Amino acid sequence: MAFDRQEAKAVLLGPLFNNNPIALQVLGICSALAVTVKLETAFVMSLALTAVVAFSNLLISLIRNHIPSSIRIIVQMTIIASLVILVDQVLKAYAYEISKQLAVFVGLIITNCIVMGRAEAYAMKNGPVMSFLDGIGNGLGYSILLIVVAFFRELFGSGKLWGQTIFQTVSDGGWYQTNGLLLLPASSFFIIGLLIWALRTWKTDQVEEKD
Amino acid sequence: MEHYISLFVRAVFVENLALSFLLGMCTFLAVSKKVQTAIGLGIAVVVVQTITVPVNNLLLNNLLAEGALAWAGFPEADLSFLGLIVYIGVIAAVVQILEMTLDKFFPALYQSLGIFLPLITVNCAIMGGSLFMVERDYNLSESVVFGLGSGFGWALAIAALAGIREKMKYSDVPDGLRGLGITFIVVGLMALGFMSFTGIKL
Repeated sequence: MAFDRQEAKAVLLGPLFNNNPIALQVLGICSALAVTVKLETAFVMSLALTAVVAFSNLLISLIRNHIPSSIRIIVQMTIIASLVILVDQVLKAYAYEISKQLAVFVGLIITNCIVMGRAEAYAMKNGPVMSFLDGIGNGLGYSILLIVVAFFRELFGSGKLWGQTIFQTVSDGGWYQTNGLLLLPASSFFIIGLLIWALRTWKTDQVEEKD
Repeated sequence: MEHYISLFVRAVFVENLALSFLLGMCTFLAVSKKVQTAIGLGIAVVVVQTITVPVNNLLLNNLLAEGALAWAGFPEADLSFLGLIVYIGVIAAVVQILEMTLDKFFPALYQSLGIFLPLITVNCAIMGGSLFMVERDYNLSESVVFGLGSGFGWALAIAALAGIREKMKYSDVPDGLRGLGITFIVVGLMALGFMSFTGIKL
């Protein structure tokens, strides 16, 4: 397969806004929202997910012609689970504090629908290089949303960014009254709902039909 | 007994998998357009959750945990790093077996639940239930109660959301917010509602 620069760009950048996995495809919201209280955890989670999607796409695409279709789900699951174990072990070794905060959510990357969905929808039909790029693209699409949500939640919820104080909070003798709502899981729904609204006002072709 | 009731209530309301840990959101948002289908999926989740959490608990304590292989002559073995792959294997297998059993013995039930079962393998609520069981160190009977409770809580949440979405057909939602956007906001409000259970102890 000839390497097509144009197509590669579309595959890599498409998922960022035009076909965002969370905002349009409704994939992978599961494990995402609970880790967005802080920018740091959200960033690590995005990195972990992008790595897993990219490599699972690559590996599945490499062996796609050898997988019998009746057991493909189990094969995909095994590959994904092995990759997640790798990521989990690396995090435990090099970023123990963060891996404690992420707790069960690293493990939940296995059942993150983005990983499964891309493996099934893209990697089973396309070559390894393209699949790898598609994985990175979707990983980035997920990351961008996660990081935006985490930015708002950390900045307005606790007056900090990346653990650094931006707004001096009232409890520290400053002026900023923190918004406790943003520390609750519910707030991530509001933020994503509003983000989707903003995105669809910008790209009106994504607006859903009336049913 | 009191301990188990408290665990159950906590799993259903206070620590609702869908609304306070945001697990199983993909299916939660995708399959909540009609109350009928939502209840079907909810029941399937309860059944699978009640089976997989205790089974994973048995596997953890007898095969994977540190020192658990002492009965086989490997007292130092610690296979807990294999946990993730084992749990997902168990979940996929249980779903498959359940599907075949229902097909063989309860065709009517299979007709109504059948299409939801494959969806459950990738439902994070199921995997999450098993991972919480590991993290919180539940024993076997606790894990049965927790499995049942957390499954029931999830089913309750999806049925409630489907009810709201059915009514929402009659409302006038701004264009960009229609469909997915407004659903997110509704779920957020529901999560706030469930928060009022926080701190309840029986």
